[in-house]
Amino acid sequence: MDLRKLVERRKLTDRLFAALGICCVLIALLTLVVLMGDLARQGLSRIDWQFMTSFPSRAAARAGILSAWVGSLMIMLVTVITAVPLGVAAGVYLEEYAPKNRLTTFIEINISNLAGVPSIVYGLMALGLFIYQLGMNRSTLAGGLTLACLILPIVIVATRESLRTIPSNIREAAFAIGASKWQVVSHHLLPYSAGGIATGVIIATSRALGETAPLITIGALTFIAFLPPPPVMSEPPFVSFQWLHDEFTVLPIQMFNWVSRPQPEFQVNAAAAGLVLVAMTLSLNGAAIWLRYRMRKRIKW
Amino acid sequence: MNAERTAITHADPASTPKVSPRVVGPFKAEVRDVNFYYGQFHALKNVSMPFVDKRVTALIGPSGCGKTTLLRCFNRMHDLYPGNRYEGEIILHPDQINIISPKVEPLEMRMRIGMVFQKPNPFSKSIFENVAFGLRLQGETNRRVLADKVEAALKSAAIWDETKDRLQKGARDLSGGQQQRLCIARAIATEPEILLFDEPTSALDPIATSRIEDLIDSLRGRFTILIVTHNLQQAGRIADYTALMYKGELVEMDKTVAMFEKPSFKLTEDYLTGRFG
Ligand SMILES: Nc1ncnc2c1ncn2[C@@H]1O[C@H](COP(=O)(O)OP(=O)(O)OP(=O)(O)O)[C@@H](O)[C@H]1O
Ligand SMILES: [Mg+2]
Repeated sequence: MDLRKLVERRKLTDRLFAALGICCVLIALLTLVVLMGDLARQGLSRIDWQFMTSFPSRAAARAGILSAWVGSLMIMLVTVITAVPLGVAAGVYLEEYAPKNRLTTFIEINISNLAGVPSIVYGLMALGLFIYQLGMNRSTLAGGLTLACLILPIVIVATRESLRTIPSNIREAAFAIGASKWQVVSHHLLPYSAGGIATGVIIATSRALGETAPLITIGALTFIAFLPPPPVMSEPPFVSFQWLHDEFTVLPIQMFNWVSRPQPEFQVNAAAAGLVLVAMTLSLNGAAIWLRYRMRKRIKW
Repeated sequence: MNAERTAITHADPASTPKVSPRVVGPFKAEVRDVNFYYGQFHALKNVSMPFVDKRVTALIGPSGCGKTTLLRCFNRMHDLYPGNRYEGEIILHPDQINIISPKVEPLEMRMRIGMVFQKPNPFSKSIFENVAFGLRLQGETNRRVLADKVEAALKSAAIWDETKDRLQKGARDLSGGQQQRLCIARAIATEPEILLFDEPTSALDPIATSRIEDLIDSLRGRFTILIVTHNLQQAGRIADYTALMYKGELVEMDKTVAMFEKPSFKLTEDYLTGRFG
């Protein structure tokens, strides 16, 4: 009977904790719902074709986010193209090649810490390095590189984490057949960890997508009323890299600009831009979840 | 039977060779005064023994005696981890190269000496790609040749019938026993000179175990096989020669039948009768 009482008591604790957990989840969820709902109530009706395809304007009704979302996409492109190869290579090196000594440990700890450095610090670093030292103009390239520095540690950590989930007996199997280290990495480790790496990259990208401070620090403009020439053309020279060197703005900066204006019409624009930004971020995160699910099903240990 | 055994008078350990004169060549490999260290830990102590060409030799002994350590010297797996050190020679015939010499390239040894592990470890790739991997590493690119060799290896490993309709399916969906036979197919696809088995059946049920034993039996005459096993009956069933190790040293090596019937050393007899280990 005592035993039964004990069991009852523990079941009660279980239920109490479950209730508490549900409360916490609800609080978090409700906050999100209220935030999103507020944004949607204000901005949803403003989102239309005109809004997506217009440049910013002094008149709130004629303003749009064309240069902002194109800018965001271009920046993300530069960021991903530079940060992913660098980060994956560094992660593979640290995990598979580097001798396990104090120096490596020191580097590893520092990289983990870099992931937590406030983003504005990256902006300052980029301002000093890219703009003043290397003499770049305040361009898409400089902005993309800045955010690449920001997400580089996240990509490195994600790469290492996902390499670590591969059991060591799989590495031994490949080595035992006579594979070189590079063959083990390229034929096995990278394919098996691609899902995890991609997930990390996407999550890092969705964080970078919302970054404002470092881009303002390096001097992103808030009013861009032109698009760069398209990167691919039908007449010679067919490709153009002008977009890399042009000035840019991004969605969160455009949004910030509108929020800081007194007219209520611009607040509506800001809410609509915010909605577009949230939609982009959520779809990136959705893609990450989908990828992880797919990879879990495909790769089994 | 026990009474009979205890009546045997054992040879004088000092004057009796550890490797019985019944173990005669041609040899595929000869271990000569091998010492092995995991950092400071002395795991193999002056081990010397031959391995007869195209025959099955079992390594037995209590847990921690160094069987796996010796096996992994042959394909230089110890080179993968820092702090490990070899001394002595493992001569590979007929080229007379010392497998554990620092001058010998581990990659070459691993291509010439195949290994099957305790836990089945197929890659998370298709069945076909698992077996083809070794061939690809050896530079084979012709698809026809690849397909033929993969088929031959799967047939040799007695798993062709179960896999021929699903070669492009994931290898990890096979059962444990099938995975282990696939790993054997993967190891023999490149026709290695020596095959190393480290307790290949310890993770399997009795039926899967007997299929693997039959398979190893069928590979006799084609490959020189070293197999580590904890199962004395298994050694008795499939090994031509058996070597007993204890605390990093070789105790005795003989023809399996001779050793099981009349061990030369007291230690061997104690081990075989289950008095320790
Ligand atoms: N990586 C290692 N580092 C340090 N010591 C090790 C390492 N691997 C094995 N040893 C030690 O070396 C000795 C021999 O180990 P080994 O794995 O060769 O034993 P074994 O005969 O295969 O045992 P089992 O039958 O349990 O597999 C053991 O005492 C073990 O603790
Ligand atoms: Mg072992």
